[in-house]
Amino acid sequence: MPSNGAGAEERIPAVGVFRRFKDHLATFAAIAAVTLVLAPLIAIFVYLVYKGVGSLNWAFLTQTPKPVGEAGGGMANAIVGSMMILLIASAMGVPLGIGAGIYLAEYGQGAFGKIIRFTADVLNGVPSIVIGIVAYTIVVLRQKHFSALAGGVALAIMMVPTISRTTEEMLLLVPESVREAAYGLGIPRWRTTLSITLRTATSGVITGVMLAFARVAGETAPLLFTAFGNQFWNLNVNQPTAALPLQIFNYAISPFDEWHRQAWAGALILIILIVGSVAALRLVGRRGMMKGAS
Amino acid sequence: MENRSLQMPELKRDSPVSEPKLSIVRSASAIRPISDFRIRLADGSFHAAMLACGAAIIALLVLIVFELASSSRLSLHAFGWKFFTSQMWDPVNDQYGALPFIYGTVVSSVLALVIAVPLSVGSAVFITEMCPRSLRGIISFLVELLAAIPSVIYGLWAIFILVPILRLHVEPWLARYLGWTGLFEGQPFGIGMLAAGVVLAIMIIPIIASITREVMIAVPRQQREAVLALGATRWEMIRVGVLRNARAGILGGAILGLGRALGETMAVTMVIGNRPEIARSLFAPGYTMASVIANEFSEATGDLYLSSLVEIGLALFLVTIIVNALARLLVWSVTRGVPARAHAQ
Repeated sequence: MPSNGAGAEERIPAVGVFRRFKDHLATFAAIAAVTLVLAPLIAIFVYLVYKGVGSLNWAFLTQTPKPVGEAGGGMANAIVGSMMILLIASAMGVPLGIGAGIYLAEYGQGAFGKIIRFTADVLNGVPSIVIGIVAYTIVVLRQKHFSALAGGVALAIMMVPTISRTTEEMLLLVPESVREAAYGLGIPRWRTTLSITLRTATSGVITGVMLAFARVAGETAPLLFTAFGNQFWNLNVNQPTAALPLQIFNYAISPFDEWHRQAWAGALILIILIVGSVAALRLVGRRGMMKGAS
Repeated sequence: MENRSLQMPELKRDSPVSEPKLSIVRSASAIRPISDFRIRLADGSFHAAMLACGAAIIALLVLIVFELASSSRLSLHAFGWKFFTSQMWDPVNDQYGALPFIYGTVVSSVLALVIAVPLSVGSAVFITEMCPRSLRGIISFLVELLAAIPSVIYGLWAIFILVPILRLHVEPWLARYLGWTGLFEGQPFGIGMLAAGVVLAIMIIPIIASITREVMIAVPRQQREAVLALGATRWEMIRVGVLRNARAGILGGAILGLGRALGETMAVTMVIGNRPEIARSLFAPGYTMASVIANEFSEATGDLYLSSLVEIGLALFLVTIIVNALARLLVWSVTRGVPARAHAQ
């Protein structure tokens, strides 16, 4: 395509008008595609800020929901409830996921490791609503009532495959020579794995954990019939508990303008939490040794 | 200042640095080895603990299958295969058939793919082949950000922004110019199958785009250079040299997107209209497998009702597993470089 000297032009026929037109058309189409892909993203953020900031105030962050028809009130109980459910989920999912990741990276070279890896990928693709059903049958049916614990179990199941696969990836990035150096000093294998290998890969592993955390923080479907939601303060893990995404859903499909406004404000808070953590880990990822975590 | 800096190296040279290090080495050889048994015990129990964590992943999957199967036994016995072909969804008379939900799930997901695949491939082509290097990172970060937005926020945005746009602008236009196809008939509510398809498309674009980008990068550079050397324009180079080699991977990405679209719950539930009917027009409200579970599960009274909903969940689970496995195989076949390199050599 580039026009060379005069001598070259004699032998190479110039690119025809039609072909050049098609080339330009393709470039234009690609730019149009990117624009169309990014437009909803920008629209979502603009509307979140535009509609959310207006209804965001101190009361929203400190009060519980008011009954229908009364103005004011907030989602404080939902924010706290979300944190409680996520804490339960992390307490169960993070150790299990990291442990499985260690197994895959350090011991899982054989057929069994392959099976676990495949199972983790399958588990990653299971629809969140199906996980909700399972948490319902395991926890809610046994306890006979909805609870924060059931919601935590559902989210923990969703965290495990993500964490285990990223932990494995990060541990495999640690050079073999580091392990060999540790063995050479007479350090036992378990101690090498925990204090040398895992320690070296810490920032990457944390990235994976936060990725999983950000993913489940916005999940609504598995909480619908596990945590169930609550209009009042609740700090008991065995009682139905409000969660931010649930509250947004319930308010969004309600017919009241006041609740719509609160749904936007709640969505703004949720997105700040999630995008904030994703952006933070992106910064960490660029600075640290581990890249390509996402 | 100058004095000090001059003195420093002299001090260092005078002091015998190697002395303490030598003593460490000497004492190390004198350490008696820790008993072999204790090391083995610690190593063995650590191995066992990690193995247990790994096995827990398999146990989780088995648990999911077991719980779904055992909780849906009632409905499996009552309806058999008829469950998937019956259109009747009547909780009052305890008659359940899943066909409208299967139809809604399939149609909304296929619609999403039709919209999302060209846009994703187009943006992946732009990012890998056309974009100035400085913009590349920003655009791919923004596309990734699209994947981080929770489903419920997509739903919220769709209810209040997307649906009015569809109702007032897009749907009347479609009805006027494409109404003869029969796909765009009837009252443009905004809410309905079309809205669900558009929201799903927005949600699966990041997946398809990032996998398409990955497989396009996996195509060797010589492939591009060879095609350019034959006098191809840039678009011809992309079409012949890159897209043709990456097509299996792109298909894999599309199927992975399909897997996500099939199981997507909240955003769809909020805009699809939630009516268990099969209608030809995309303007009409529908219902999907995931959204019927979301809407009716916590209110399901009666064991057969609950069991039918779980059976829908079981079907959804099996379908997404098959779809995801298929997609992973396709993507692996490209990113491992087998077909692309075979072409190049």
